This record gives sequence, structure tokens and C-alpha cells, in this order.
Amino acid sequence: MSAKIQNNKAWWLVAPVFLMVAFNALVPLMTVVNYSVQETFGDNVFTWAGVHWFQEVLHSERFHSALLRQLLFSGIVLAIEIPLGLGVALTMPRKGPWVSVCLVLMSLPLLIPWNVVGSMWNIMALPDIGLLAKVINGLGIDYNYTRQPVAAWFTIVLMDVWHWTSLVALLCYAGLVSIPDAYYQAAKVDGAKTWAVFRYIQLPKLKHVLTIAVLLRFMDSFMIYTEVSVLTGGGPGNATTFLSIDLVKIALGQFDLGPAAAMSLIYFMIILFLSWLFYTLMMKNEDA
Amino acid sequence: MKSFTRYIPVLYVTFLMIPIYWLLNMSFKTTNEILSGFTLYPHNFTLASYATILTDPSWYSGYINSIEYVAINTIISVGVALPAAYAFSRYRFLGDKHLFFWLLSNRMAPPAVFALPVFQLYSQIGLFDTPWAVALSHTLFNIPLAVWILEGFMSGVPKELDETAYVDGYSFPRFFFRIFIPTIAAGIGVACFFCFMFSWVELLLAKTLTSVAAKPIAAVMTKTASASGYQLGLLAAAGSLTLIPGAVVIYFVRNYIAKGFALGRV
Repeated sequence: MSAKIQNNKAWWLVAPVFLMVAFNALVPLMTVVNYSVQETFGDNVFTWAGVHWFQEVLHSERFHSALLRQLLFSGIVLAIEIPLGLGVALTMPRKGPWVSVCLVLMSLPLLIPWNVVGSMWNIMALPDIGLLAKVINGLGIDYNYTRQPVAAWFTIVLMDVWHWTSLVALLCYAGLVSIPDAYYQAAKVDGAKTWAVFRYIQLPKLKHVLTIAVLLRFMDSFMIYTEVSVLTGGGPGNATTFLSIDLVKIALGQFDLGPAAAMSLIYFMIILFLSWLFYTLMMKNEDA
Repeated sequence: MKSFTRYIPVLYVTFLMIPIYWLLNMSFKTTNEILSGFTLYPHNFTLASYATILTDPSWYSGYINSIEYVAINTIISVGVALPAAYAFSRYRFLGDKHLFFWLLSNRMAPPAVFALPVFQLYSQIGLFDTPWAVALSHTLFNIPLAVWILEGFMSGVPKELDETAYVDGYSFPRFFFRIFIPTIAAGIGVACFFCFMFSWVELLLAKTLTSVAAKPIAAVMTKTASASGYQLGLLAAAGSLTLIPGAVVIYFVRNYIAKGFALGRV
């Protein structure tokens, strides 16, 4: 790192990236900020509304419950996917022909368009003809994800676990492969048990990739839209109306630009803040 | 204990394959069979759904549109990310760290937040309903990602390579294209893979930015739910076909997947 040369001309190399991302990020962001402080009655007439929309959104019951559902969803998903992904990575073969097979099959869900993921689980969970519904009903449990909130949640969480656990597993696997063999040999000489190897060699080495995995999964689960919108559309009732779904309903469905813009900004801030918090906390643990 | 842990990946992969099997299973069934009840495998095996999709322009043009904007996006993203990643890996310059983190923070922006303003932006500049609109809007999250991945790979290349080339009289562009790019070919492959992946799977922006001419396959699929009843067979067949590009790309980069993930650094 210290060997880098100070050279402000490097900006010329970065300029295209800077301009393109700025065009795509700053212009829309400014539009959102603009809407969030104005009132409109159509016909492109705007009047100044100050922080009115922010107050309205922050005090609305609807926003609170959508935020709570979103946090709950991210919490559940992280609690399942991180340990499961780590477990799969630890038990995966390291050498031989099965490695490629495992990697390819595991990456497959990551490359399916998100609405197709929603459709797949829709087909799985359809009453009477879906495999999932059939199996659960076969166990004597009444299951209908279009009517029961619990069933809808179960299906969505299962879908997300199916969709994204591979990402965690692949990240962890990459981290595990990069641990030098010498560490394991030293552990063998010392007669360390599997648990000790995991606790004192693998886990510390994986801290970095685990941080990335938690951050990515948190951000993406917090932004989830397409899959849920295809599968349940936010229902039954509002049981699975997460923040993003509510936001799209307000912005593109009702064209309430002011509240939608204010909500967008608050939403973005929450993601930025929580991601920063996760990152700092995990990095602090690493230093300690 | 030891014998049990060996089965975890097997169980997990089986779990991953079940919904995919179910999708394929549905796509080979006749509408009658789907509606008449639960069957574990297609009893009247048919390719009718696939035939419909591959002969009806409103269906297959969706695939062409999707592949078009994904390709444009991947080329632009990796193209502009290459020099930037080089700058980040080799030089210190005014505001470099801030810039890097600002770029990454765009990865955290929910597409739902940007859908409406991006729609207005691209309508204003007259690109609405073209593959370019979708390709450009997807650079929002793909450029930062490509810079991130490429920077990791480039930092692994010793600086001596650059210096030797300059001593030998190479100009910067000649060094960059003749020597440097072939050296990090694997990294470029991985970056392309990730750009392809995230552009291919995204729907919200793609759907918002197109109406008729450039409609992506993912958006075309939503019509099966409304147009002529609920055509599950068609939906399943269309879904199955969207798996193919992903599977092909994975096959090409299979040896680099683990490495690509390993280089993800925050």
C-alpha cells in the first residue's frame, strides 16, 4: 500500500467511472431530494413543503410496520443463511472432481432472474399442484401461503435461503481455501480437535469474508423487492409488505411523489447507517 | 459424526435442485395435466410450451432484448472500470479513498428508491424503452462492483511489471493493452461474470425503463399471469430458458468462481 505513487493525474483514469456513476446516482438522488421537500398538485406545479413529508412518513403507522417487517425479515434470513452457508463451506470437498460440480450447482440459484425465483417458488407452493404445498399438507399441516401470514413468511424465508445461502457458502469456501496448509499441519502436530481447528484457525481467518457476507446479505435482504412482489405481492393483507414493496406502491402505484421521496431517503439512510454499524462493529472485534 | 458431515453438501445441493426440477417438470407438462392435479413427473411429455416461446416474437424478442442490454452493460462497466481500477491499485490521488467508498455506497442504494427518478431521467434524454437505458442504469451497481473486483486482481500483480515495461520503452496505452490486460485476464473474466449476473437478474429497473420495444424477458413473463389465464406451462418454460445463459456463463468461469469471491475486499 505504501508503495503507491502520489499522482493526481490518475483522476483522468477514474473520470469515466466517476462521471457515469455520478450521472446515474447523483441526478436521481437530487430528483428524490427535490421531490421530498415539495408539494405537488399535478400539472408540474410544485410548492415548498419543507420537512412536512419527512414528519408524515416518520410518524405513519404504515411506515413503522413496514420497517419492522423488513428488519424482522433481514434478521431471520441472516440468522439462517450465515450459519448454514458456513456449515456447507466447511463440509464441502476441497479437492477432486466434486469441487467443480458443487461450485457450479451452488452458483445456479444466484444466476436466475429474481422474478423467475419468485415464479419458481410460486409454482412450488401452489395449493394442490405444488410440491412444497403437497409435502407440507401431507404432514398434516394446513398450509396456504395466499391466506395465512405465517405460511407466507415461511415460504418467503425458505425462498430467500434457497436463493442466497450459496453466496455465503461460496464466500466462506473461498476464504477457507486461502488458508495455507501449514496451519492445518501445525494443528495436527498439536493434536487439535476439529472444533479447536475451527475455533482458533478457520473462524479468525474467515472473519473478513464473513463480514462481507453479512454486509451483502443484510443490504440485499433489506432491499428485497422482486421475489416477494412476484410470490405474495405483499400479502396476505399487508403481512409481507416490506419497505421496498410499500415504496413502489406509493411511488409508482399512487404517484405520491413527496411522501415516496421522503420515504426513499429515510430508507436509504437506514441502510447506510446499519451497514456502517455492522462494518464498524465487526472490524472492532477483529482488532480486539 | 464424520460420516454425517459429509452429507451436508449433498443434502444442500439436493435442496437447491428440487425447485429447479419442479420448474422443468412443469415446463414439460400439458396445461391439462397441470390443472388436473399433482404429478411428480410429466406423464404426457410435451415441448409445446417451448415451441410457443421460440416461435412467438413477443416471447423470444424478450430474450434478445435482455441479452442485448446485459451485453452492453457488461462491456461498458468492465471497460470503464479497467482504467479506474488501475488508478486505484497503483496511485494515490486526491480523494481516492472517499471516491472508492462513495462508489461502493451506490451498491447499497435500493433500486426501489431509484426507479422513479431514473425513469424520468432516461425519458428526458430520450433513451426510454431502449436497451441503452437499461444498460446504462445498471452501471449504477455494476461499475462499483467491477472496480472493486478488478482492483483486487490488479493489486495482486507486482508493480515491477509496470516499471520493467516502462524501462523497456513501452508507452502507457501499449503497456496496458499488450501486457497488463492479458496478465489479469482471469480477473476480467470474473468481473464480467459478476456484471453479467447482476444485470441479468435485475428486474425492477429493467421493467421501469422499458415499455414495448426493449422489454426484457423477465417483464414479458409477467404477462402470463394476466393475459390468457394462468398459463403455468408457458411460465415454467420461459423460466427454464432463463437458466441457460447463467449456466453457460458459470461453466466458462467455473475455475475462477472461488477466486473471484476470495478477492472481494471491503
